[in-house]
Amino acid sequence: MEKYYQKEIECATRDEILKIQEEKFLKQAEHVWNDVPYCRKKWEEKGVSLSDIKSLDDISKLPFLSKDDLREAYPYGLLGVPLKDCVRIQSTSGTTGKRVVAFYTQEDIDLWEECCARAIMAAGGTDEDVCQVSYGYGLFTGGPGLNGGSHKVGCLTIPTSSGNTQRQIMFIKDLNATILCCTPSYAAYIGETMKEMGMSPEEIPLKAGIFGAEAWSEEMRHDIEKTLGIKAYDIYGLTELSGPGVSFECSAQTGMHINEDHFYAEIIDPDTGEVLPEGEEGELVFTSLDKKAFPLLRYRTRDICVLTREKCSCGRTHVRMRKPKGRSDDMLIIRGVNVFPSQIETVLLNNGYAANYQIIVDRVNNTDTLDVNVEMTPEMFTDNLGEIDARQKRLSEGLKNMLGIKAKVNLVAPKSITRSEGKAVRVIDKRKI
Amino acid sequence: MAVNQISVFLENRPGALMEMCDVLTKNSIDLRALSLSEANEFGIARILVDDVLEASTVLKDAGFVNSFVPVVAISIPDTPGGLASILKILTDAGVNLEYMYAFVGREAGSAYMVFKVADVETAESALSQKGLNSVDQEQVKEL
Repeated sequence: MEKYYQKEIECATRDEILKIQEEKFLKQAEHVWNDVPYCRKKWEEKGVSLSDIKSLDDISKLPFLSKDDLREAYPYGLLGVPLKDCVRIQSTSGTTGKRVVAFYTQEDIDLWEECCARAIMAAGGTDEDVCQVSYGYGLFTGGPGLNGGSHKVGCLTIPTSSGNTQRQIMFIKDLNATILCCTPSYAAYIGETMKEMGMSPEEIPLKAGIFGAEAWSEEMRHDIEKTLGIKAYDIYGLTELSGPGVSFECSAQTGMHINEDHFYAEIIDPDTGEVLPEGEEGELVFTSLDKKAFPLLRYRTRDICVLTREKCSCGRTHVRMRKPKGRSDDMLIIRGVNVFPSQIETVLLNNGYAANYQIIVDRVNNTDTLDVNVEMTPEMFTDNLGEIDARQKRLSEGLKNMLGIKAKVNLVAPKSITRSEGKAVRVIDKRKI
Repeated sequence: MAVNQISVFLENRPGALMEMCDVLTKNSIDLRALSLSEANEFGIARILVDDVLEASTVLKDAGFVNSFVPVVAISIPDTPGGLASILKILTDAGVNLEYMYAFVGREAGSAYMVFKVADVETAESALSQKGLNSVDQEQVKEL
């Protein structure tokens, strides 16, 4: 039985959703025009005025907002309400460039937490569940978002935050946690640590995991599902829009449902900015329909993905987005070829290696080099040099086939690659360009 | 009675072997024989030690992936043709050698060969038929 947090809206008809979106959008456009001078100036530069915005279709007239805008407007430039009406600040993880800070009113937080509650129920969660939130708490939205969602569902919430992995496992076991929320790389690490402690998945009560904030491959999903004995669900979000819960997976696991009553999604051609029809791959652009403190219209996520409105077996009607290949921030351009860390991860897991790896990009004599450090595991080790060599060759070939460029594989000692408790540092780019 | 050799994965970087030896030293493990093989980007240290279980555990705890590999260790007569006579026995028994290495014992003039073969049982029975008994795990400590 599929569970819903807000069935009426999650399963609303297309017309109902469009009606809600248009109503909210027109109100939001007015709010931005009146209260965010930074955006009003951008509209005017494009020759757009509030009187031009009469329907949802007119959204295509509006200028885009990018991460650069957020940096330029840092810290208060995009604020939509007086500071005294804000109750919270969250910030991006700052893996790329300057941090971005986002503001929330209490209503903004409520709707964000509702989005997370929908995700938890879609993963089978109810008020009978014990939900361990092992995302970092603090500026990072992962912990606070799922924590709030878990409360809304009525789960008994264990706010472990990240770190102290053995204690995490102890809590899961002793306090009967049935749902785990964290980054996929930390979930994998918890699984690895359990294995080392000699624990099998049957010994822990977990049944589901909600993992996000990082790009992860299908292969990694299978791996985590096996080591933790759970069903693993993807969740997607951006601090700029609220945090996790912008979209989430249901039991069908054929893409993530975007919470369309709060976020309006478009796919554009990243080069021309032209809106693309449903089913085409392009950059995901979001409009926050009802956030008051940080009302972003047409925010370019740099995530490359596809939207589909095909009927979903879970009963939800909200549009689904395919798992993005990775934020374009994660994308590397090596010898002119686009490389996503998630592609490398897929090849590693397909070849029997663990998802512990590091990608090192450098430039030697004006040519980019790509090194992939992979940890040797007891399972992959043999006394036979030839066999290890052959496996390494197969891995190199697999990488070449996947990426289209040559990668050098280095086998390194177990545990020599730092484990992540939050977002994994997968890439070291030494190129000085 | 085959001997358990420990094969240890070593990263290709300065100090990798030294760190492995440090771990053994700190745990008072006596290294009886060592052979190094290297591929392009990594190496394998093959060692015989007095306490295999302890050595394997402390190495694993220190982050060295390792495995047990059964090998045949045998005393070699210190005379011309000493090794050849043993190789002949193995050849006649149809035993294929994967690799081998030598080490000397504490006793003056004693030398040993370690053979990694595909079929340890056949090798040992061929040798024992000629009255040659391979070293067993207990004896490694005494050599």
